Amino acid sequence: MGIEKNLANLGIVTTCLDKLLNWARKNSLWPMTFGLACCALEMMVTVSARHDIARFGAEVYRGSPRQADLLIVPGTLTKKMLPMVLRLYEQMPEPKWVIAYGNCACTGGVFRSYNVVQGIDQYIPVDVYMAGCPPKPETLLTAIMMLRDKIDKESLKNRG
Amino acid sequence: MTVEGNETRKEMILNMGPQHPATHGVLRLLLHLEGEVVKKTIPIIGYLHRGVEKLGENRTYLQNIVFTDRLDYTAAMCNNLSYSLAVEKLCGIEVPERATVIRVIMAELQRIAAHLLWLGTYALDIGAMSVFFYCFREREKILDMFEMVSGQRLTPSYICIGGVRRDITDKFLEHLKVFCDTFNDYVRDYENLLTKNPIWVERLRDVAVLPAEDAINWGTTGPVLRASGVKFDFRRATPYCGYENYEFDIPTGTKGDCYDRYLVRIEEMRQSIRILKQAMKNIPDGPIMADVPFITLPPKEQVMNNIEALIKHFKIASGAFQIPKGEVYSSIENPKGELGFYIVSDGSAKPYRMRIKSSCFVNLSALPFMTQGCLVADLIAALGSIDIVLGEVDR
Amino acid sequence: MNQQEIINRIQEKASSLVTGTSQGIDCPVVMVDKQHLIEFMKFLKEDEMLSFDLISDVTAVDYPGRTPRFDVVYHIFSIKNGQRIRVKVPVGDGEGVESVTCVWRGAEWLEREVYDMFGVTFYNHPDLRRILMEEDFKYHPLRKDFPLEGIEE
Repeated sequence: MGIEKNLANLGIVTTCLDKLLNWARKNSLWPMTFGLACCALEMMVTVSARHDIARFGAEVYRGSPRQADLLIVPGTLTKKMLPMVLRLYEQMPEPKWVIAYGNCACTGGVFRSYNVVQGIDQYIPVDVYMAGCPPKPETLLTAIMMLRDKIDKESLKNRG
Repeated sequence: MTVEGNETRKEMILNMGPQHPATHGVLRLLLHLEGEVVKKTIPIIGYLHRGVEKLGENRTYLQNIVFTDRLDYTAAMCNNLSYSLAVEKLCGIEVPERATVIRVIMAELQRIAAHLLWLGTYALDIGAMSVFFYCFREREKILDMFEMVSGQRLTPSYICIGGVRRDITDKFLEHLKVFCDTFNDYVRDYENLLTKNPIWVERLRDVAVLPAEDAINWGTTGPVLRASGVKFDFRRATPYCGYENYEFDIPTGTKGDCYDRYLVRIEEMRQSIRILKQAMKNIPDGPIMADVPFITLPPKEQVMNNIEALIKHFKIASGAFQIPKGEVYSSIENPKGELGFYIVSDGSAKPYRMRIKSSCFVNLSALPFMTQGCLVADLIAALGSIDIVLGEVDR
Repeated sequence: MNQQEIINRIQEKASSLVTGTSQGIDCPVVMVDKQHLIEFMKFLKEDEMLSFDLISDVTAVDYPGRTPRFDVVYHIFSIKNGQRIRVKVPVGDGEGVESVTCVWRGAEWLEREVYDMFGVTFYNHPDLRRILMEEDFKYHPLRKDFPLEGIEE
């Protein structure tokens, strides 16, 4: 622990760029206000004081996809809504991540019918799947923590 | 394009949604604007159309309870109740008294939770952010109580055909008592923040006025109808679950503007507490499920230990039993308005037609009428005051 | 007013407009022909004793083995009497029925939904187009011959 102590006195921290960027990205995940169905209510509750997503730096829900880097898809995706979701996903700048929150986003849920997409991963790449109908807000916090662990393992040469 | 004097005005078509923080879900509004003034509003829905009515025709009566939770997902208990009452009416099932009182308790708790959610998100739309946190804090207490009885916060599927799934415990009653004793103070806090707040009054007064005659003509129900001055509540007009034995007032407005709708919902929360206190005093002992051979599941303890109960459970769950032929329309007073189920049975294990009448669908159809000539900011206030949930609008 | 009184009033004042009445589990059921629909609905709303002023629901039921194929079902509620009535109009496949938006504006979107889901046309409707499915969707989902999981396009 000797050398780090001396360096800290000089106000210098050494790390590699990957680690620094990953640390910055995982501690300021900004989701987009995007609620489809019932799971959106549990997502809103996560913002409230009891579960407090602000601990993870993620309470800043952005209305515009251009300013967001996390797309949480809570609720059922229907075929009518699909083009909008694809457009929103394309408008988000890199780096971006997707959490499929709830059974309907993961696999279509209970709704195996003519207008429901059976899982958003048929159209957009998903980083974390969270099952539940709806999953509790603690599950969303677990999803954010799993995503943070995933971001930690990323590297610039793969992601950009 | 019109020419007035030296100015030329051009109509702009602005698209709002389906991804928008203030549309309360996936609603799309096409606005024909002249400057800030809304000339015409065209709501476009269907972005959450999950085909619940078609699914209802392909699943057994028991399986359909799960879909009813997910209609108006802010008021799941009430949706379960409406569906269960419709099927019970069709089959002629009489629900035990204990289950009836428990149903009233759950329905009124759910009404308060739905109104709290509405108030929090509505205040957020208008710009008052703190109310959001306060309302959700109280709502968490109600959701904890739901989790105690059913294991689920949002989609409990607790009220089922014949009664309720599990009995309430003493711990639940303790929490309920504390909640009922303290909730009116919280409502007073919200009122202190909002009711005489000049910004709130300015944003809501005389916005999106819906006169009583038009409210009835457009088929609106629930707080929207009552705020227009029509003293009508299905709990009084066509009582169910013993509501005729409870004392409660029906709050009404005078003008039918957004401010009246806000006041009506605040007062409804107080009246719900009144009903809860009365219900809590007289919970009779007895069974929580009617003993009907072909539709009500036997208790879990028997299923695990007794072979006949296991066979019966298997037969009911897999749809081997059929219910009588006939049709029925049954509706209740949901927090948003009238939720009705029109069920046509052809005598088989699955409904021939399961129609869901949604109050949000009809209330939303009156939005273009209400918001003609208002400003864009007023449109947001009007949309929030109708209190729509797209799960019920689109089904 | 109970169910029998409502049926008696209808028999007394408008028996030429209806083809059948009966008592249902929950409300009286009246069968009406297409050509008398608007006249009968106006009677239901304007009669001072019946006063059915709140339109609850407009929907349809598909009976593919039967001619006419559809039953368009109206549920109307009377705020004054606290009673509901069910009016059924048989309509064939490819046929239409007059829109009741001239009597109750609230029927506007409800009729659009019946058109979208079943394909029943409503004449003189202010804005008859699909409401839940996309504008260019080719089928009518709630018909019995449309599969639950949809048709691959």
